[in-house]
Amino acid sequence: MKSYREAINQTLAQEMRRDDSVIVLGEDVSGGAGGSSGKRDAAGGVFGVTAGLIGEFGEQRVIDTPISESAIMGAAGGAALAGLRPVAELMFADFVGVSFDQIFNQMAKFRYMFGGKTTTPVVVRLPTGAGMNMAAQHSQTIYPFLTAVPGLKVVIPSNAYDAKGLLATAIRDDDPVMFFEHKALYPRKCEVPDEDYTINFGEAELVREGDDVTVVALARMVGFAEKALDSLAAEGISADLIDPRTVSPLDEETILDSVENTGRLVVVDESNPRCSVAADIAAIVACKGFHSLKAPIKLVTAPHTPVPFARELERAYVPGPAHIAAAIKEVLQ
Amino acid sequence: MPLGKQELLAAYRKMVTIREFEERLHVEVASGDIAGFCHLYSGQEAVAVGVTSHLDDDDYIASTHRGHGHCIAKGCDVIGMMKEIFGRRDGLCGGKGGSMHIADMSKGMLGANAIVGGGPPIAVGAAIATQLQGRGKVTASFTGDGGSNQGTVFEAMNLAVVLQLPTVFIFENNGYGEHTGADYAVGSADIASRAAGFGMAAEKVDGCDYFAVYEAAGRAVTRARQGGGPSAIECTTTRYFGHFEGDPQRYRAKGEVEQHRRAMNCLANFRQRVNAEDWLAPDQLDAVETEVRSLIDRAVSEARAAPAPALDDLCTDVYVSY
Repeated sequence: MKSYREAINQTLAQEMRRDDSVIVLGEDVSGGAGGSSGKRDAAGGVFGVTAGLIGEFGEQRVIDTPISESAIMGAAGGAALAGLRPVAELMFADFVGVSFDQIFNQMAKFRYMFGGKTTTPVVVRLPTGAGMNMAAQHSQTIYPFLTAVPGLKVVIPSNAYDAKGLLATAIRDDDPVMFFEHKALYPRKCEVPDEDYTINFGEAELVREGDDVTVVALARMVGFAEKALDSLAAEGISADLIDPRTVSPLDEETILDSVENTGRLVVVDESNPRCSVAADIAAIVACKGFHSLKAPIKLVTAPHTPVPFARELERAYVPGPAHIAAAIKEVLQ
Repeated sequence: MPLGKQELLAAYRKMVTIREFEERLHVEVASGDIAGFCHLYSGQEAVAVGVTSHLDDDDYIASTHRGHGHCIAKGCDVIGMMKEIFGRRDGLCGGKGGSMHIADMSKGMLGANAIVGGGPPIAVGAAIATQLQGRGKVTASFTGDGGSNQGTVFEAMNLAVVLQLPTVFIFENNGYGEHTGADYAVGSADIASRAAGFGMAAEKVDGCDYFAVYEAAGRAVTRARQGGGPSAIECTTTRYFGHFEGDPQRYRAKGEVEQHRRAMNCLANFRQRVNAEDWLAPDQLDAVETEVRSLIDRAVSEARAAPAPALDDLCTDVYVSY
């Protein structure tokens, strides 16, 4: 058993061993530089995901940066143009806000603007999600607006096994990949082999098979959907539970095939509802699978508000198993 | 003599190529046959060429929206550039980038950039790569006085100092950021002293004097190649045209451009110096001009005759695989 955090850490180390051009950069990725203790690796990333890398790979490949997100993203893009495979960490996905130009105007567009004559093999790691009372600027799931950008790939693993295989694919991929790591999943464990492996982008996982309804869920919501389905099993309700794993590219076929069988769709996402991945999946099914539908599509999302701080409010903000179960029952009525 | 005769001729050829390219584009844009924005570099030639005279194909530069001069100076194919600006399929970027996005990795040209201040963070990344690869290569970024006020540029300068990267920040102070004077918008006394505040060697030179730029760039590039970290150079210069073609330039006093064309002319300055020092004969320089004019004529006629992109090109090159 390995945690999501350990799986990502191991993959970074394995890929850095495999390919000298892989570097890691970001704020406190090792930590301790210039500190009074003289200790390096004092942080290993704020969530400990990059711990130990500097010891093996040195400070030329594990680069602690100033708190300068535009420079981190720009440097990742520029280093990729010059032949490296940078894995850049934004300490919190929310910090895309101070570096967005370098992501969506620069690295996303290099290949197209330059007529296909270059590659931009960057991975941006983005710790994401609510659940730790980190409030409005450290808790968001901001993948919808990155998913909307042509040129970027967007990966959202829901468990440690997938995180490992998808990160290996991301690092070996020649396009810029936004790799969202849900913070609440870091300690969650499952069986993860030690040897390296890859998982193809654009291939959803059918987590459970059932007849009555199709449930599509992302990241932390996959586990919550499983809990919801456990609670409904006694009532004889079964569902296809689909984890897209990557939302750009998106495996539309698996979702449409499932809806063709079940005729009903619930999409579960922690993001805000407007212009979201959930809304996008609903639109795809409405456009391409309308004749399969026996009931209106139901979306289970956070409300159209910033992420609140207080425990009670944050619990109400994040969709939970009870919300998902209620939505499933509603589309079955 | 700071450079050999062949090097001097090559530098003059590049500067003249830039001037003729831009002056011709001024006419071609007015004809209505070139779509979109064109930001011309006429007047600033000594900066691009003075810096890139020290760089090879595997050194890198990052450029700006006013990037044609940097591209030519770094060795991009002039005909391919003209085709790109005309939006042709066999342009340097397949007609997908246009004037503001010309790039050529084979020449170490990391791209013109339509975002003011977008280039320096990218240049810093290329410098991280060459430092790790131990290639002894240098990356220069070009930024205007307007771009010098962007936070991205401050971040890039600080990161370059922290990591002691082999990079040079070139600031081309042409007096205007878009339609606003640098005297108003740059809060510090000058840009060089602000760069120095980040902890790097910085100097200010006459950007209309090829030799002044060449010598300052030589110091900075040598420092970078020898592991001495980043430097900055502010080059004071002027642009002979507006922010973009079609800009009525109401922010400039009547006669300013004409006066600058006389008093701030890096080509005339170059000719005067090499004549006075007896480094090159006038007929050698005249021959370069004749040769360049015929190249630009050919570039325009080939660009006009070249095919537009195929509609199938719309959706290619977004990803390597998807």
